[in-house]
Amino acid sequence: MGDRVILGPYAPGTAVDAALDQRRSDVVMTVRESGLRGRGGAGFPTGTKWMLAAAAAGDEKYVICNADEGEPGTFKDRVLLQEYPDLVFDGMVTAGYAIGAKEGYVYLRAEYRYMLDALENVLEKMRSEGRLGNAIRGREDFDFDIHIHLGSGAYVCGEESALIESMEGRRGEPRIRPPFPVVAGYLNKPTVVNNVETFALVSRVMEHGADWFRGIGTEESAGLKLYSVSGDVQEPGVYELPMGITVNALLETVGGTDAAAVQIGGASGTMVTRREFDRKIAFEDIATGGSIIVFGPERNLLGVLENFLEFFAEESCGQCTPCRLGTMRLLEGVRDLQNGSVEPERIDALRNLADSMAISAKCGLGQSCNAPFGSILDAHLEGVAR
Amino acid sequence: MKTNEEVREQEEARDVGTLVRVTINGREYRARRGATILEICQENGIPVPTLCAHDDLTSAGVCRICSVEIEGSWALQTACTMEVHDPGMVINTHSPRVRQARRAILELLLAEHCGDCYTCAASGTCELQEIADDYGIRELPYERREPRFEPDDTGPSIYRDMNKCIQCRRCIRTCDDIQSVGALGVFARGPEAHISTFADMPLGDVVCTNCGQCITHCPTGALREVDHTPEVWKALEDPDKHVVIQTAPAPRAAMGECFDLPPGTSVTGRMNTAMRDLGFDRIFDTNFTADLTIMEEGTELLLRLKAALVDGDTSMKLPQITSCSPGWIKYMEHFYPDMLDHLSTCKSPQQMFGALMKTYYAEEQGIDPESIVTVSLMPCTAKKFESDRPEMVDSGHKDVDYVLTTRELAQMIREAGIPLPILEETSFDEPFGDASGAGLIFGATGGVMEAALRTAYEIVTGREVPFDNLNIEPCRGLEGIKMASVKLEGVVEEWSFLEGAELKFAIAHGLANAQTVMEMLRDGELDDLHFIEIMACPGGCLGGGGQPMPVNDEIRRARATAIYSEDEDLPLRKSHENPHVAYVYEKFLTDGPCGHKSHDLLHTHYTPRGRELK
Repeated sequence: MGDRVILGPYAPGTAVDAALDQRRSDVVMTVRESGLRGRGGAGFPTGTKWMLAAAAAGDEKYVICNADEGEPGTFKDRVLLQEYPDLVFDGMVTAGYAIGAKEGYVYLRAEYRYMLDALENVLEKMRSEGRLGNAIRGREDFDFDIHIHLGSGAYVCGEESALIESMEGRRGEPRIRPPFPVVAGYLNKPTVVNNVETFALVSRVMEHGADWFRGIGTEESAGLKLYSVSGDVQEPGVYELPMGITVNALLETVGGTDAAAVQIGGASGTMVTRREFDRKIAFEDIATGGSIIVFGPERNLLGVLENFLEFFAEESCGQCTPCRLGTMRLLEGVRDLQNGSVEPERIDALRNLADSMAISAKCGLGQSCNAPFGSILDAHLEGVAR
Repeated sequence: MKTNEEVREQEEARDVGTLVRVTINGREYRARRGATILEICQENGIPVPTLCAHDDLTSAGVCRICSVEIEGSWALQTACTMEVHDPGMVINTHSPRVRQARRAILELLLAEHCGDCYTCAASGTCELQEIADDYGIRELPYERREPRFEPDDTGPSIYRDMNKCIQCRRCIRTCDDIQSVGALGVFARGPEAHISTFADMPLGDVVCTNCGQCITHCPTGALREVDHTPEVWKALEDPDKHVVIQTAPAPRAAMGECFDLPPGTSVTGRMNTAMRDLGFDRIFDTNFTADLTIMEEGTELLLRLKAALVDGDTSMKLPQITSCSPGWIKYMEHFYPDMLDHLSTCKSPQQMFGALMKTYYAEEQGIDPESIVTVSLMPCTAKKFESDRPEMVDSGHKDVDYVLTTRELAQMIREAGIPLPILEETSFDEPFGDASGAGLIFGATGGVMEAALRTAYEIVTGREVPFDNLNIEPCRGLEGIKMASVKLEGVVEEWSFLEGAELKFAIAHGLANAQTVMEMLRDGELDDLHFIEIMACPGGCLGGGGQPMPVNDEIRRARATAIYSEDEDLPLRKSHENPHVAYVYEKFLTDGPCGHKSHDLLHTHYTPRGRELK
């Protein structure tokens, strides 16, 4: 990993200087042309999101950095915030300039509270150097400041509209969408919510150019990506790799070639087994916000599924019927599966429930339960592990 | 080049009132741009099941039962939240995926909905029951969840059984958005989530106005009134008891709905017969004490005006605010305890009635007040609390013994097998049977104001209010806050200090509107007002928490129409012309309105509760 770029040296302010050399609309265009898609997992084109927010009516707009890194098995944002805070903050300042916002917030998950002082110090330093606050870099037409808002430990607050509800002091629950945050977000003002890594990559795009970024990865999934690799591998950790590499290639890099199955995208992601290891990790094939959990042949996959469903039932906000009650019923079903024989009809009914949740739940939490449920159940029935 | 703002404004201007073409289930419809799919379906008679949606409330999109399929969208969308803006949307309300998802949702809800339909107060009106029936759910793929909650019977008016709750949150939105009370909220998460009160405390121990709007907005039987029917049956069955019932104006305009009559059917005479058949000894009209209230409250207002304008006495506060609505009173006691002296000291008509029943009526009829049981038929759940207030014993007994809601009396009539819709009409009993139309319109928002104006204007000027056929239109309608004024000219000598004055008044209904008015008053924006009418419930008493379900503005308007047309048909339209009221003052309350006797019996005081619970 000698030639790391995301996790390479960075001179604070570089990205913002590059951005301020361009017109605001050109910054949006640069991000669009880079092909950067949201690194939280959903993969919405970042430039398009910014364009919508820039075009939305209203003078008051907000930039929010989603640092509620709660997906089980992901820890790459933690590394960025701890070791490259300037990269992340500069990405936010760039966004503020591009969409015409004056204020940005970092929604920092409660578990990362220990970073708070260090991050505040970085922000203070930025202010003292004229990189944050009024008239950034002497530009009278550009004020932008960043504040840090601490979360309280709810997984669902990683969903952008629940995050906004939480920031506004209410129970963290997803909102009705549309309207999307780019139109009516924080305080009902146009708001860009991007993941920590997305902002870091924005800074790298401003530094190295859209063409450089677009030249890496695949047609639909451009650029580099950070992966949080854990589980049955020789070298777990955070890896910087191009988008679109195969599961096999990733496993070779991390020393996980004995894997029986890999959970890609965390608890809400998909499990692939050995025969699918030539599939690509990319938005067009298997998407991930960065979590890669590797399971060796001795692992009990139903136990894994039970663990994930316990997590979902616990973390469901309880607002919509399919998620509030469906997660509980799926969990019951998996426990029954572990405890003994279950009629095939029951398994069909459970799959039907998971599919129904996928199409009828209010937000991504309930909608994505069918991915782990179906794929891990398949892997279990396939007999790839214990 | 246009700015984004200009482009948007232009688009919005084009949007207004335009129609877009949509396809629903293969048929084309023209839809109002910006309407939700649910609204479009309802307007075109396409059934879509709903649970968390309610006409009175903003959409929440939480139950998901109204999910529909939209071409081009992978996930289903909730019809109650999805607006149609672009032409050409292709919608399917019963595709296989839609039915699969709805069935899954229903099965999940039913498996944790504990309680048998045949013991449920909502059986027959329950929206969950109806959808389950539509979908023909005959068995559940899950084991039923064990009941998780002890039913909460600690409230004076409202009974909660959260085992029947489906978490549509209509009660929360009602309490927050319509009533601004915020007594309810969601606690815990995931499968443990539940609706509860502040800090999960019993309802009897939290700030609640007992208005019962949560009940009338609940789709299931999770919320109902505290049941007084057993006590009333017992009294009726006791030959030694003289059981009288007073009936408020709003139930008669809504009771028919419990017997499948269309909203707006006035059943006054039939209801009287039904109550007689049930065995009540006397059927009286609360409108009588509504007339009495006008005499007392109108006099009080004129006294306050005199104190302020003539004597320069600032201790008697203006504007005076009405005090008939017990939900409103409790709201004031909790949220504006420092402004209680704006409230009229008049008891509500219910409590005036109760106080007279065991004094004047007992004396006149030669009945031992001990043996009198006073029941009242109210559109209201807060009246149950009001009747239990410790100070409401001025007759030397509990002034009002039991309060039945419209729904409870309907239940008793059904139990007795009395065919209300086909009954003959009968009148109220004397001496509390004759009342004016002014007393009757107390049942609608603005009615107290209109009744007061009919009397006060005439007392002060000697002429009838200058409105066509005594119908004071500015007082009517469902607008949340109404303000108007009447100029007093050519006043009689006794009230000469009012010559040329403009009597300014405001009317609000629903406690959120009341809050707006009170905040304006606190900020000094309403200092020139003289009189404010406030009713806790939307639409006034006709939309009360004890009224039949369902309810929405269309139904409220129908009930209001029933009340106003009955008023127009009455020979007596003004409270001060009620001969029986005059008789009571002549024989019993001999020192007149706001005199000592009436003060002892008909007026009360309030408790500055603030955040204190008791």
